Amino acid sequence: MVNAVKLFEYEAKTLLAKHGIPTPQGGLATSAAQATEVAARLKPPFAVKAQVLVAGRGKAGGILFTNNVEETERAASKLLSMHIKGIPVRSIWIEEKIQIKKELYFGITADRSQQSYVAVASAVGGVEIEETAKKTPEKVMKVSVKPELGLRPFQTRQIAKKMGYTSNRISELASIFGQLYNVGMNYDAELVEMNPLVETNDGKFMAADARMIIDDNALFRHPELKKRLLEGESELTPQELEAMKNDLAYVKLDGDIGVIGNGAGLVMATLDTIQYYGGRPANFLDVGGGAPSEKIALSLKIVLSDPKIKTLFINILGGITRCDEVAKGILEAKEKAGVAKPMVIRLVGTNEEEGKRMLTDAGIHVLESMDEAAQRVIEITRGGN
Amino acid sequence: MGIIVNKNTRAIVQGITGTQGSFHTQLMLEYGTKVVAGTSPGKGGIRINGVPIYDTVEEAKEGGLANASIIFVPAAFAADAALEAIENGIKIVVIITEHIPIRDAIDLMAYAKQTKTTIIGPNTPGIITPGECKLGIMPSHIFQQGGVGMVSRSGTLTYEVAASLTRSNLGQSTCLGLGGDPITGLNFIDALEMFEADPLTKAVVLIGEIGGNLEELAARYIVDTKYSKPVVAFIAGRSAPPGKRMGHAGAIVIGGAGTAENKINALRDAGVKVAEKPGDVAQLLARQALT
Repeated sequence: MVNAVKLFEYEAKTLLAKHGIPTPQGGLATSAAQATEVAARLKPPFAVKAQVLVAGRGKAGGILFTNNVEETERAASKLLSMHIKGIPVRSIWIEEKIQIKKELYFGITADRSQQSYVAVASAVGGVEIEETAKKTPEKVMKVSVKPELGLRPFQTRQIAKKMGYTSNRISELASIFGQLYNVGMNYDAELVEMNPLVETNDGKFMAADARMIIDDNALFRHPELKKRLLEGESELTPQELEAMKNDLAYVKLDGDIGVIGNGAGLVMATLDTIQYYGGRPANFLDVGGGAPSEKIALSLKIVLSDPKIKTLFINILGGITRCDEVAKGILEAKEKAGVAKPMVIRLVGTNEEEGKRMLTDAGIHVLESMDEAAQRVIEITRGGN
Repeated sequence: MGIIVNKNTRAIVQGITGTQGSFHTQLMLEYGTKVVAGTSPGKGGIRINGVPIYDTVEEAKEGGLANASIIFVPAAFAADAALEAIENGIKIVVIITEHIPIRDAIDLMAYAKQTKTTIIGPNTPGIITPGECKLGIMPSHIFQQGGVGMVSRSGTLTYEVAASLTRSNLGQSTCLGLGGDPITGLNFIDALEMFEADPLTKAVVLIGEIGGNLEELAARYIVDTKYSKPVVAFIAGRSAPPGKRMGHAGAIVIGGAGTAENKINALRDAGVKVAEKPGDVAQLLARQALT
């Protein structure tokens, strides 16, 4: 499981502007007072936009339009006290409202099946772009980027031409496409998109909104973004953040059976098996390969911090992971944190005998089959009701 | 027989002096894999488990007459290590390393295609042709020689299924881990094509998971080529909540693909038997082979 790093609109726009892509003049504020200062520097009217990482911000009322500084102050107070899909709005971006003639779409993303990046473009941009792609696929262009060539100027000119532009507008637009591709490559983006990319009433092109998702495996090349991810705001819950810092993959779900396993595929299959027998998993937690006992103990702590959990299912198939290390971790966690919840443990593979003996000596029952263990944990969960 | 690796495979281990590299070199040797050399820049001249270590692949290949490589090099340097193998004429490269950036993987795969190199991984448990050669990190005792070709995107889930096949006396021709990353070298279609041509393989087990559209493409391939061998599949992630969205572009590129349901339907429509849970694969396979 990948914890991709999403950037806020203002962060993405700042990077775009640095690469010469026109964006509306604007500034960031975390208080109403600051918002008035920002607005006073800009030309009205304004767009006041909540900075959150969840999609559907506009429909949730996270974007307000104002005509002067006073209105902006009120809009700022309103947005800063809002929650959007459960996420509190901590900052807002105030920018000069642009006069839109036409909304375009342009983005770059990785395409697994082509094993390349792909440019996606449409002359009909805006929030309905996915619908457009479904209903009228001919209106959305997909241009594969050959890794050895990159996105070439002739390709971006072709795209601009097909969008219906002529004369010098072609190279103007093509250069924005090329720059967006450069932003994507320079920052290891899995996705970078301008939606809408706007043609204004006075004939300029401007990125009115931008999204960027960074490949978290490339963060070693971007220490500033890594710092921001670990210290700053994100979509992650505290548990998810703690898991990520410790290189554990944790996703919270809403059932009552806590799950720990090794390997994403095995953990997913464990959740599927629990669900197949009528149980409800509370989370996904993959300890990864070769986890030492401390990591197992930490995993137990993270999973059990969810108050809804009634039982715990640990499913380990040891390859690089050693069963004795897993047993040690379980016992450590039990001793230190006083784990009182019933556990069902399925433990097979490398050093299986040693691991089983350690747990059996401590009075913990160990099963060998995943199906049997899944049924057992559901039985105990139900019995506890 | 089997595919890609066999008793004639002569492998070098890149990153052989690291914890994982040296540990698994030992296990591969114990299994009978011909590990003929290792590389670790700056440490050339020593021996580990009797295997001579060189500074460069150029020297290692010459010294050991190698025709395959397995890579344990850390993520930031793994793509470079793979390119070093390719540039020195190695045609089979297994990349165990996980967390390689997508951009590096894309560049690497493009070059591999140009040079007709077979890349397995990254983020793969590797490949094993039971009884002949293990180029990977899988626990070897769960495998047994036989006629089932296995191809999977997952590591431990593959072990789970392989172990249950072996318990049911359904041995394997070759078991291939494609790797869990978005961009990998070989894909399901490559594996299906090779298993079709392998006389030892009588049936194929395909283990997929949510994300991407490789399973859907495999289903289409099975239909288009009127695939001759029985295929049984398991797809992990039925119970997963909708994944984190990858923006509009991601949704447009992938269309409706990606969910477990979509993959399962595509495979069933292609005549593939899809197991409800990993424990059911062996039974479905036994039934398939009989009919």
